[in-house]
Amino acid sequence: MTGGVIGGSSVVRARAAGGKNRERFRRSASDSLLFRFLSPLFVAVAAIALWHFTVVIGQMPPTVLPTPMRVLEAATQNSDALWANTGPTVFVALVGLAASVLVSIILSTAMAFIPVLRTATLPVLIAAQSIPVIVLAPLFVIWFGFGLGPKILLIVIAGTLPMTIALLQGFLSADPDAMVLMRSLGANRIKVFLRLQVPSSLPFLFTGLRVVASFAVLAAVFAETVGAQSGLGIYMMTQKNMLRTDLVLAAAVVTVLLGLALFAMTYVLETIAMPWERRRKAMRSE
Amino acid sequence: MTTQMTKAPILSVENISKSYPGRRGTRIPVINDVSLELAPGEFISVIGPSGSGKSTLFQMLAGILRPDSGSVAFHGDDRKEPFSAYMPQKDLLMPWLTAEDNAALGLTLGGMSKRDARAKVGELLSTFRLDGYAKAYPFELSGGMRQRVALLRTMVIERPVLLLDEPFGALDYLTRTELQLWLSNICAELGLATILITHDVPEALLLSDRVYVLSDKPADVRMVLELPEPRPRTLDYMETETFTHNEKLLLEVLTESGRGAH
Repeated sequence: MTGGVIGGSSVVRARAAGGKNRERFRRSASDSLLFRFLSPLFVAVAAIALWHFTVVIGQMPPTVLPTPMRVLEAATQNSDALWANTGPTVFVALVGLAASVLVSIILSTAMAFIPVLRTATLPVLIAAQSIPVIVLAPLFVIWFGFGLGPKILLIVIAGTLPMTIALLQGFLSADPDAMVLMRSLGANRIKVFLRLQVPSSLPFLFTGLRVVASFAVLAAVFAETVGAQSGLGIYMMTQKNMLRTDLVLAAAVVTVLLGLALFAMTYVLETIAMPWERRRKAMRSE
Repeated sequence: MTTQMTKAPILSVENISKSYPGRRGTRIPVINDVSLELAPGEFISVIGPSGSGKSTLFQMLAGILRPDSGSVAFHGDDRKEPFSAYMPQKDLLMPWLTAEDNAALGLTLGGMSKRDARAKVGELLSTFRLDGYAKAYPFELSGGMRQRVALLRTMVIERPVLLLDEPFGALDYLTRTELQLWLSNICAELGLATILITHDVPEALLLSDRVYVLSDKPADVRMVLELPEPRPRTLDYMETETFTHNEKLLLEVLTESGRGAH
């Protein structure tokens, strides 16, 4: 009788322990860095496999959809041309991104200090944002020609608004009690801005930067498709006209990689700019 | 209950009143004819029920708000304007600054170089029981430590009058008691002229030379209680008959004024 009870309870205990272990395993597996890198990689490999078998089973001609291997082969054979056209696109995207950050900083700072400016210019900026890039890109070619300048300008026009709004939101997110404290400690308006509002805006800055970064490569490529001397966009158009679908896709893969690299760059910058966040994250994952 | 001033006051508040605009041009009185005095090295408390306008009074003492009538006069060295340093209820530490840089904020804002400010803060770290935490960020500190950093930030700028607005209100009971005893020591040791705003009766009794009891809104001074026992006091003081008697007395006055509102 007693033996039965002991046996029963130990079974329950064992089961409970097993459940806890499984739970712990599940949590640690989904949290580990390796898993975080491997799981998207797995999805990417699965998508490529799906692509490959679609082509093989559907017996598609390479001009419609080449296999992933064929795209890779075409890319290595034409790597010089791909590289030559990647340069201008990267340049346009990076300079456009940097310029829109610079313009946003100037605009949002002015708007943080002068409320009238905020109410007067925000609607105009939003209106400017609603003009589609599809319309602007060809017009810019007509107005300013095929050079890199008009493409950078296009990214600045489209990228400045989200950045400006993000930064302004960041400046205004500073705790009003902290502002009173700073004033009582002898800070003037400019010092409150530099020592409180600017650091408060950093998380907003990087969120905005990620939005604009993912969009910058896309806008650069699109602007090039309309007309350019070189760049991934015009390269894709040329190859498409020659029915080199494999090279169009190779250029598309390069575009994706560029976007990812730019996105990763925002995280690197964030870590450098906000060392306290790095320590906080490290503490949380422990 | 008579005030026996042994020293000339460093700060005298005379008959200040303050009201806020209400609906349809009416004024809502918040502070009504409050007077108080603070001598050098003295520790006084202002205690009142919640919503009695303590914070409004405090902001007038800190020079953030101006009273409608009456005066707040500082009798010390005029060159030391602004005369008061204030510590709000929230610690308001900047998450991007380390403990030492947070504590040095007032110094660097006042134009001191970062190096000098850190050195000056560094001398006080052990007094504030923060040794080894100079380079820690606020999120790495406990609630009590954060409050001590905020207090260090307030004290290191060496303004003649220290204003504390419920500095330990957000802490747990044990941490709060520990910090109260510690603050009592520091203030007595450094001879700081301090005004504490609180609704914690034992806290006021343990720390103060004199307690001003405010009524419910509009707040006036209902009672002034002198506590001549020498400071700093220890936990033993809380066992004395004076303490328990005063605690009961204050609670009676405070809850009575609370009932008066209904």
